[in-house]
Formats: sequence, C-alpha cells, structure tokens
Amino acid sequence: MSIKSEPITINLGPQHPSTHGVFRMRVTFDGETIIDVEPIFGYLHRGSEKLAEERTYTQVVTLTDRMDYVSSMLNNQGYILAVEKLTNIQPEPRGVWLRMIASELQRIASHLVAIGFLIQDLGAWGTPLTYSMREREKILQMFEMLCGARITNSYMRPGGVFMDAPQQFWDSLSSFIDEFPAAVDELERLLTSNEIIFSRTKGVAILTPEQAINASITGPILRSTGVPWDLRKNDPYDYYEKVDFDIPVHDAGDNYSRYLLRVQEMRESLKIVKQCVDFIEPGPVRPHHDQVPFLIRPPKGDCYVAIEGSKGELGFYLVSDGSISPYRWHVRSSSLINLTLLREMLVGTLFGDLFVTFGGIDINMGEVDR
Amino acid sequence: MIGFGLIKGLSVTFRNLFSPVFTVQYPDKRVGVFGLAKSKNKSVFELIKNEPKQFLFAFIGLAKVKVKVEQFPRFRGNEFVWYDDRCTACASCAKYCPLGIIEIVTHASGENLQAGENYAIDKFDIDTGRCMFCGLCVEACPYDALHMGTDFERGNYHRAKLVLNKETLISQDKNPSSWFRPQFEEKEYNPWDSDLSDYKDAGRHEKPSYEKIKQRWVNKRKFNG
Repeated sequence: MSIKSEPITINLGPQHPSTHGVFRMRVTFDGETIIDVEPIFGYLHRGSEKLAEERTYTQVVTLTDRMDYVSSMLNNQGYILAVEKLTNIQPEPRGVWLRMIASELQRIASHLVAIGFLIQDLGAWGTPLTYSMREREKILQMFEMLCGARITNSYMRPGGVFMDAPQQFWDSLSSFIDEFPAAVDELERLLTSNEIIFSRTKGVAILTPEQAINASITGPILRSTGVPWDLRKNDPYDYYEKVDFDIPVHDAGDNYSRYLLRVQEMRESLKIVKQCVDFIEPGPVRPHHDQVPFLIRPPKGDCYVAIEGSKGELGFYLVSDGSISPYRWHVRSSSLINLTLLREMLVGTLFGDLFVTFGGIDINMGEVDR
Repeated sequence: MIGFGLIKGLSVTFRNLFSPVFTVQYPDKRVGVFGLAKSKNKSVFELIKNEPKQFLFAFIGLAKVKVKVEQFPRFRGNEFVWYDDRCTACASCAKYCPLGIIEIVTHASGENLQAGENYAIDKFDIDTGRCMFCGLCVEACPYDALHMGTDFERGNYHRAKLVLNKETLISQDKNPSSWFRPQFEEKEYNPWDSDLSDYKDAGRHEKPSYEKIKQRWVNKRKFNG
C-alpha cells in the first residue's frame, strides 16, 4: 500500500535558532526528503563596503571586526595586509609575529565555535558546547589583555599592531599552550568515536573535489574533499613560510571529515603559536607615525590580498584614487561562496541532515551579508 | 564495538561533573549563610544577632551578592575619562572618530595670548549610544586628555542619558583604562585600585623643552601629500 503524497515547500528562517544567524531558505520536501533548496541572503546586510568609502584606511579596521564576528583578528589581518600592499609599508617584525599569534588564536576560537555548534545542531544541547566555550573563553580573555576587547578587537594597524602585548598576556598564553592539547583530547574523547555522531554525520552532504573546485569553495570544506589547498602554505603571507606546520587533509568530503579536520587544524594552529612565541624578539610593534601616519594616502592603484581565514579564503580588494579613503573596498567572503553548493549538498538528504550540514559548513551571516 | 564510543564520551561528562565550576553568576550570585557572612565581613553569629532576616533568607537560599567580573587593565569600557585641564580642544579625537560622535564647541578665551590663543571649551559631548569603543579617539589624543574607561554597566531607559557631556565627564569617577597608555602599564597601574583624579598622574605632565619641540616638529617632520 502506498500513500499518495505531494511536495511541500517550507520557509525556514530568517528567524530560526538553527540557521546560524538571519539566513532564510525555501526548502521543498517530498515526505522527509529534500528535493530543492533555495538560499536567500541579505537579511544582515549593513553596507560595510560602502561605509568604507567615507572612512580613512585606519578607521576601516573597525568595520572589518564586525564582518565575521567570531574571527575578527583574521579579518583585521587580511585588511591590514591589503593596506600594506597598496601603500608599500614595511611592517615591523615584532608586530607581524604578534599578528600571527593573535590570528592563530582566533582560528582556534573560531573552530571551537564551529565544532560546538555542529554538535548543538545535532541535538546535543549544551554539553559539548560548554567544553568548547570554556576553551574559547580563555582565548577571549587573552584578547582582552591584548587589546581591551573580546570580540570587536580592532587590534591591528598598518605596519603592525597598535601596542605591544603586556606581560600578563605572555603568562596566560604559556599556560594556554600547556593546557590546550589536553582540552582538545577531552573534546575528541567526547565526540570523535561517538556512534550517534557517526550515524548522523558520516556520508551526509558529500562533496567531490571537482564540485568544490568548480564552485571555488575554500577552507576546511575544500580540504575535507582531499585537496591540500591552504593559502598559508600555497601563497604565504606574513611570516608563515618561516614556521613549520602541516595541512590536515581528508578525502571523505562529508560532515564528519569537516569536523575531524577542524580538530586537527586546531592542533596545527597551536603548533604555529608555539613557534611564534619562540621566534618573537623585542622591538617596535609598529613604524613610527612619521613613516606611517594616521591618514595614509596610498598611490593610485588597486590590490587584492587573500588570507586563509577560519572559513576559507578571505580576500580583500582595495582600490585607491590617491585620497585618504578607499575608492572601493570589496570583500571576498568565504562564508558566502561556501554556501553556493548548498543545493548540491542537500538534495536527497533528510530534513534532520539540513541543520547538521549548516554546522558542518560553519557559516557566519555577518560575513555572508557584510 | 557499538556503544563503546558513547561510554567513552559519557566518562568525560562524568569526570567533569566533579570538576570545579568555571562559569560565573552575573550580576548577582546566590550565596548561602557562610557566603553572605563572608561578603559582609562578619562571622555567622554576628549575622544571626544583627540581621536575623538576612540570615533566614540566606538559609533558604534566597540571598544574593553582587559580583565583580574579572577585567583586565586595557578593557575598553563605556565610561570615558577626560581631563579638562589637559584638553586643548584640538578636536583630534572628533576627527579620528569613525562615527563622528564627539562634538566639541569652543570659543577664544582671550588667555595666554603670548603662546597663541587659548581656547575655552563650551561643549564636549560623547554620544556613547552610538559609540563602538574602537578607541581610535584615545589613540589620537596628543595630550593624554581622553582615556577609555573601565566601567560597563551603563544600561539606561533614555537614549539622551547615554550622551556624556562636559559636566558628567568632569564630575564622574576617573578610572581610566590603560588602552594605548604605555606609561600606565610601566607603572603597573590597575584601574580598580588606584585613584587618578589628578590630571598630573595621567601621563605626560612635564612640558617638553624648546629643543625637543623643535627637533620633533621642525627638523624631523616630513610632509607627505
């Protein structure tokens, strides 16, 4: 006996606790199976790119904080690198090392949020999230020591960082480096071999490397399909060629390998932080303001700088007309482009897999809409 | 073996059941009898004798104590600290603010005519309702007159009350944060212990010599653009 059924269209979002922000989808179901997904963006659009056109180059740093609000330091770093390339500023070595320490810590924090909310989307309300938030809290406290803010950092300036790190920061950083591997082990013991997570995430939302490369998907999602592409290795910026680290790669391309890859990337980031602490030497953290004044006037031209953000390639395109503010500022946001294959990932899966896939992709609506 | 991973995961949760608590209750913390006595610097017997009602509340678990959150000296808080004796009304802060929320009105005071005109400040408004606490105004201030504050509990029902005007800035408690003030950090300054109501403590108060000014502003200065 078969029951007669017809496709039904459901509107999910923009106000929905599982969509990681104000993200809206029109999903068509046949029974429990998804047959079509249409993502609709733009509910968090604040016009950051336009706002930058009436601010000076230093003031735009504050706008980058608010793009991807769980990885502000990485946004700062990418933007500052673009300004330095446009203006030919030689950064001070100590400033660059501090920049790398801050951004790698931020990558750890961002991956912790991604893992915590992936498990929360699975239905494990609270418990695993608490473990990742406990570690993230230590990083945010270090940021507060470093720059006085936990999320909207505005830490970096053209030529380095705004101020040297206090002694308090180095103390808590060394204790963090000692304690963090045990915390990751605990998180892995809790989650990695869990049968419920196996059954919910393995083989769900599979992407092939061809699909991912054709849609220019980057970051952990691309590496989970088996492509070892990491801009820190393939196109090193700052001092990433001086440090030694590996790029973890998986070839399953499903949600589980994305989770596992993030765990391994946290370990690699910690390795980078450790080496940075060894390499760093006393000295100025930013050029004197005779060389790099507050009002920078870059020569006419444009430049594109991309860094490996926590979610993928984070690119900044700046056009200068020789005045004190950018003529055009464009952001290649990784979250937006990683969402473009949503239909290919989700068609054929069940309703429950939809939210798991969101956790696996790790989107941030602040970055999708800017 | 199916189920082994689950047991392994649950053992982690079980171990953490007995580990110390790392969350903080804010703004009030529920305390018992001993916690209340400790917060009032009294022994439990004194508490029973002097405040039996409070003791009873604490006994049934209803007593609450205010909690101070752990902060760090560079914290960029809601309360700006401004020293009117230091301010020359140059309006660098207003120019450097990305949102343009600092409003300064001055008039020529007719004082100090020898060293150029001195300006008296009529209005110095910071609209903290629109402020995003990036601290660029503090970075811009050449005379260390404006500092970030360390307070953050400024919730309000009226948007107009969020504007810090000149009188409020002069009269309020001065606990500046050490954000972009390296001279505070050298002295191992802690905003919650020390009192910085005197403007002379808040940074460079010695007037630079004529030679130094000339070196800085005439010989070394490069004009670009």
